[in-house]
Amino acid sequence: MTPRVLLIEDEPNITEAIRFILSRDGCEVVTLADGLGAVQAVRKDVPDLLILDLMLPGVSGLDILVQLCADPETALLPVLMLTAKGQGRDREAAERAGANHFMTKPFSNDDMRAAVRALTGR
Amino acid sequence: MPTSLPPSSFSLSGSLIRERRLALGLRQGEVARQAGISASYLNLIEHNRRRVGPDVLDRLATVLGAEVASLSEGVGGALADDLRAAAAASPSVQAELERIEDFAGRFPGWAAVLAAQHRRVGQLEQAVGALNDRLTHDPYLSASLHEVLSALSSVRSTAAILADTEDIDPDWRARFHRNLHEDSERLAVGAEALVAYLDGSDAAEEAGIASPQEVMEAWLADRGWHLAELEDGGLPGLQAEVAGLASAAARSLAAAFLAQAAVEARALPLAHLAEEWEQDADPARIASLAGVSVLSVLRRVALMPESRAGLVVCDASGTLLFRKPVEGFALPRFGATCPLWPLFSALARPMTPILACVETAGRAPRLFRTLAICEARLPQGFAGPQLREAAMLILPEVGPRPASSVQPLGPSCRICPRSHCPARREPSILTESA
Repeated sequence: MTPRVLLIEDEPNITEAIRFILSRDGCEVVTLADGLGAVQAVRKDVPDLLILDLMLPGVSGLDILVQLCADPETALLPVLMLTAKGQGRDREAAERAGANHFMTKPFSNDDMRAAVRALTGR
Repeated sequence: MPTSLPPSSFSLSGSLIRERRLALGLRQGEVARQAGISASYLNLIEHNRRRVGPDVLDRLATVLGAEVASLSEGVGGALADDLRAAAAASPSVQAELERIEDFAGRFPGWAAVLAAQHRRVGQLEQAVGALNDRLTHDPYLSASLHEVLSALSSVRSTAAILADTEDIDPDWRARFHRNLHEDSERLAVGAEALVAYLDGSDAAEEAGIASPQEVMEAWLADRGWHLAELEDGGLPGLQAEVAGLASAAARSLAAAFLAQAAVEARALPLAHLAEEWEQDADPARIASLAGVSVLSVLRRVALMPESRAGLVVCDASGTLLFRKPVEGFALPRFGATCPLWPLFSALARPMTPILACVETAGRAPRLFRTLAICEARLPQGFAGPQLREAAMLILPEVGPRPASSVQPLGPSCRICPRSHCPARREPSILTESA
């Protein structure tokens, strides 16, 4: 069964690169460019994995994470957070809120593939 | 005629006595004879191997034609405070605190080096703290770093895809090449902006002056704490100087200070202030005559030419906003000050003048007259917050010790020797070692 990955990332070129990498690794990748409507999109069709950028326009990745973790329907959804150096405090907050895995930009494609495989049980 | 000081002032004066004797070209034996002591005893005193008692110091001062104070205060003040602070900063090392004056007297050069090193370490620590704060809280820097890291992240992933994927579709290949080009442009622009930003604001740290307040105070100190141009309408020249300060924050602080000083100079001209101050040094009286606030008078007095007055100003949180130092009254650069400063009594009671005679701590305590007052204002009207600002003018007490009560105080708990002070927040390294 093809794992379904929802990627919420506002940088279009990063989005394209991740979509390419994961698609070739056997995932179905759906993308959103900002945090607005992200929670509703997840609730409507819960993916197998959410890749969430911490710093997003509109609603922050941390706010989205907190809302999803508070909802029993989505609380167990695996979440991979994308962070940047210098966001240590936000990262700690995301860890407390329930993020499963962190990846610091700039990341390696091999690490991304390995993390997604682990979080989707492959 | 020499005046007597408390016994604690006589812990070490040897180097100063020797220096004075040699300056006068007197022989050790002759001075000893006139002071009624043996030459060998004077030799021990001069090499700081014996503490000189108050009577002997009185006699030596008479023989050498000097004030007792000038022979007993040399190793006090800023140097001793810096050495104590240096010891406090290295709690794992058991520095011989009780021998600070001995050390400074026998090895004044090394003591000055140690004190300078300690100040430099403090400045660098403050600079590191400021940079850390900037990384954490500066929105421009945060956004710039995020931009650079995002571009870098995209470049790394895209380049790896192109390098590692042999069977990539030509359309995807073209798209990734275009993305690489776009991101490399973003990266170049972002990195350039970041470097320009950091270059433009680091000059102060490089000079060892970390905070914007210190940059402004250093500028005022360089001008002798007097802005002569303000008295004759030379504001534009001063504004140009301020525009050359190292950081935007320091320029902003100094510009605000300058604007306020210009208004106060117009309201209370120097000649009028000097005449009234000479006649009766009462800031409240002068404020009433000139129709200005007492706080304005305190600032004007502190910035008069050749003024010996120190000044500290704080806001309602007790944070020092302005520090003009005065010899013998330590103004801590880092951390909280002594809560017994009359400044804080004034802060708690707006518009109540607090006149006090205070005595500093240490082996060479000094008396100062302080005049403190707090003023409140409502910049946003009744609906807004009340903002308080308190100021304390610090004047060296030149007369005899007042009959009225003298308030003991210190620089900061950590380096204050008053072990039983009721206001103590934390143990002093001086009493810890006792």
